[in-house]
Amino acid sequence: MKVKLIIEIARSLLLARWKQTLVAAVGVTFGITMFITLLSFMTGLNEMLDGLVLNRTPHIKLYNEIKPSAQQPLDLTEQFKSAYTIIESVKPGGSRVELYNSNAILQALKKDKRVLGVAPKITAQVFYNIGSIDITGVINGVDVDAETKLFFFKDYVTSGQYFDLKNVPNSIILGKGAADKMLAKIGDVVQVTTAQGNRVPLKVVGYFQSGLADLDKVQSYCSIATTQKLLGKPNSYITDLQVKLHDMTLAPTMSIEYAKLFNVDTEDIQTANAQFETGTKVRTLISYAVGITLLIVAGFGIYNILNMMIYEKMDTIAILKATGFSGNDVKGVFISIALSIGIAGGLAGLFFGLGLSATIDQIPFNTAALPTIKTYPVSYNPKFYVIASVFSVVTTYLAGYFPARKASKIDPVIIIRGK
Amino acid sequence: MAQTALECINIQKYFHDPVTMQVLKNVSFSINRGDFVSVIGKSGCGKSTLLYILSTMDTDYEGDLLIDGISMKQKREHELASVRNQKIGFVFQFHYLLNEFTVLRNVMLPGLKLGKLSAEEVEHKAMEKLRILGIENEAHKKANQLSGGQKQRVAIARALINDPLIIMGDEPTGNLDKKNSQVVFDIFKELAEVYKQTLLIVTHDNEFAQSTHRIIEMEDGSIIR
Repeated sequence: MKVKLIIEIARSLLLARWKQTLVAAVGVTFGITMFITLLSFMTGLNEMLDGLVLNRTPHIKLYNEIKPSAQQPLDLTEQFKSAYTIIESVKPGGSRVELYNSNAILQALKKDKRVLGVAPKITAQVFYNIGSIDITGVINGVDVDAETKLFFFKDYVTSGQYFDLKNVPNSIILGKGAADKMLAKIGDVVQVTTAQGNRVPLKVVGYFQSGLADLDKVQSYCSIATTQKLLGKPNSYITDLQVKLHDMTLAPTMSIEYAKLFNVDTEDIQTANAQFETGTKVRTLISYAVGITLLIVAGFGIYNILNMMIYEKMDTIAILKATGFSGNDVKGVFISIALSIGIAGGLAGLFFGLGLSATIDQIPFNTAALPTIKTYPVSYNPKFYVIASVFSVVTTYLAGYFPARKASKIDPVIIIRGK
Repeated sequence: MAQTALECINIQKYFHDPVTMQVLKNVSFSINRGDFVSVIGKSGCGKSTLLYILSTMDTDYEGDLLIDGISMKQKREHELASVRNQKIGFVFQFHYLLNEFTVLRNVMLPGLKLGKLSAEEVEHKAMEKLRILGIENEAHKKANQLSGGQKQRVAIARALINDPLIIMGDEPTGNLDKKNSQVVFDIFKELAEVYKQTLLIVTHDNEFAQSTHRIIEMEDGSIIR
């Protein structure tokens, strides 16, 4: 009853000054709209830029580093246990870059609940033969299905069909830069020489464009079977296992765990790409700062308008108090006014923000470096909308609180006697 | 024996700005239920100041004030607000109606605030009060569409809505012409005599005061009659 009455009074005061109210609400709407648009656009860009590298980077990579054994035979003999030994010219042994028992590791990883998926990979150093010239290159032997599912391989194959790599025997998807150098069209056959000296003809079924031009001059993709054949290795030969997790933040600890468990070398994404996270953080911080500033400015607008309203409505406040409304009731009236401006303006802002984001999402954005992007990237994370709603209510409450407190302290005697 | 509606005991009041001066000196009197009392005196004699103390809006005084036998001295702000809501009706020199509301709504507001009756009952009661004052036809107009005399009658209806213990008026006819003053006065008279309503009216209109039941005359902060 009491709340209803206070809201009714607030509504009447609002409607009596609807133009000012509208201006205040538009201020909030503008603030929220820009807050959402800015964050959606900035986050969209962030995700795209991070995606360039992070999408293509496994959360944990299992491999064997070429390095000298940490325990030399000398360390194992009892005779020199107490001696300080120096061995000169230590070289890495003939240990294989192959992962031991890769199939068992693969199965064990797939059973781990924290793991989203695993993609096996073989890296092979090759030369692309162009007439008499050889260009160095790297062929990645990949499991096409796993690679597409986990690392969006499909998105980066700009011409040709990615699944041909699996279906056509002895096929290759060339990096765009490498293909341009070799003047290789889709359907052509190119010659590739491995480091071991085997020369193999491969059929070009597509171009690959990662967005990093240097990489595209070197990298090409084959299926795992083709790469094994190329290197003359058995079909258990795998050099890398790429693990993608459900929760990326677990990568550093799990990487240590796997290194111990499987007796391999591991690398987690945080260590490999620390700088990307820093950039993202800074950009996000700037967006939030600008967005919140807009909201605070809108809050000052509400503050001003309520202050004006209180001066105009001194008589009303005085008579409400004289007829038995307490200071808290009066405060409630003005806070309701502020909150209704905030909620109405905020809601409109959410819709306009969504609309503006969707509009930006339609603007064409073509760049050679980013083959998968056709329009400006926009993120529609519901988090922004929640934050914006909370902020619009909090800022308008604060903007309303101080004028409302002033109104609640007005002494009716001074107003009434002054007439 | 008549019951006491309002009693003040040794009320003293000082103004501190610009210099400290005493505006009320040992004011003591009591008003019984059903009394129609007027307070007269020259400008600046403290009669309005006294009224605002009696109305509980001014709390900066010495002495004690009993309304319906209960001391107001120790009450907190919101408690005083509810006393005003329930037991006191005000009519000021200026009508103080809310222009955003209709006449009916203006009259209903204190009743809705009291919250003892449902909105329908309060509305019914408000219509009744407007009928007593002869302005029921204006009930659905906005407050600012009424004439000065009508507005003052609406203000009286608003004062009556919670059936207060006492109605206080601060120069209620001060802004009205002769004819409207007479109308308002007749209303007060009717309220006092027909409905046994307690009234305390501050006025400088001696003619008005002469026709009330009792006159309290003030001079320099004291009661002389």
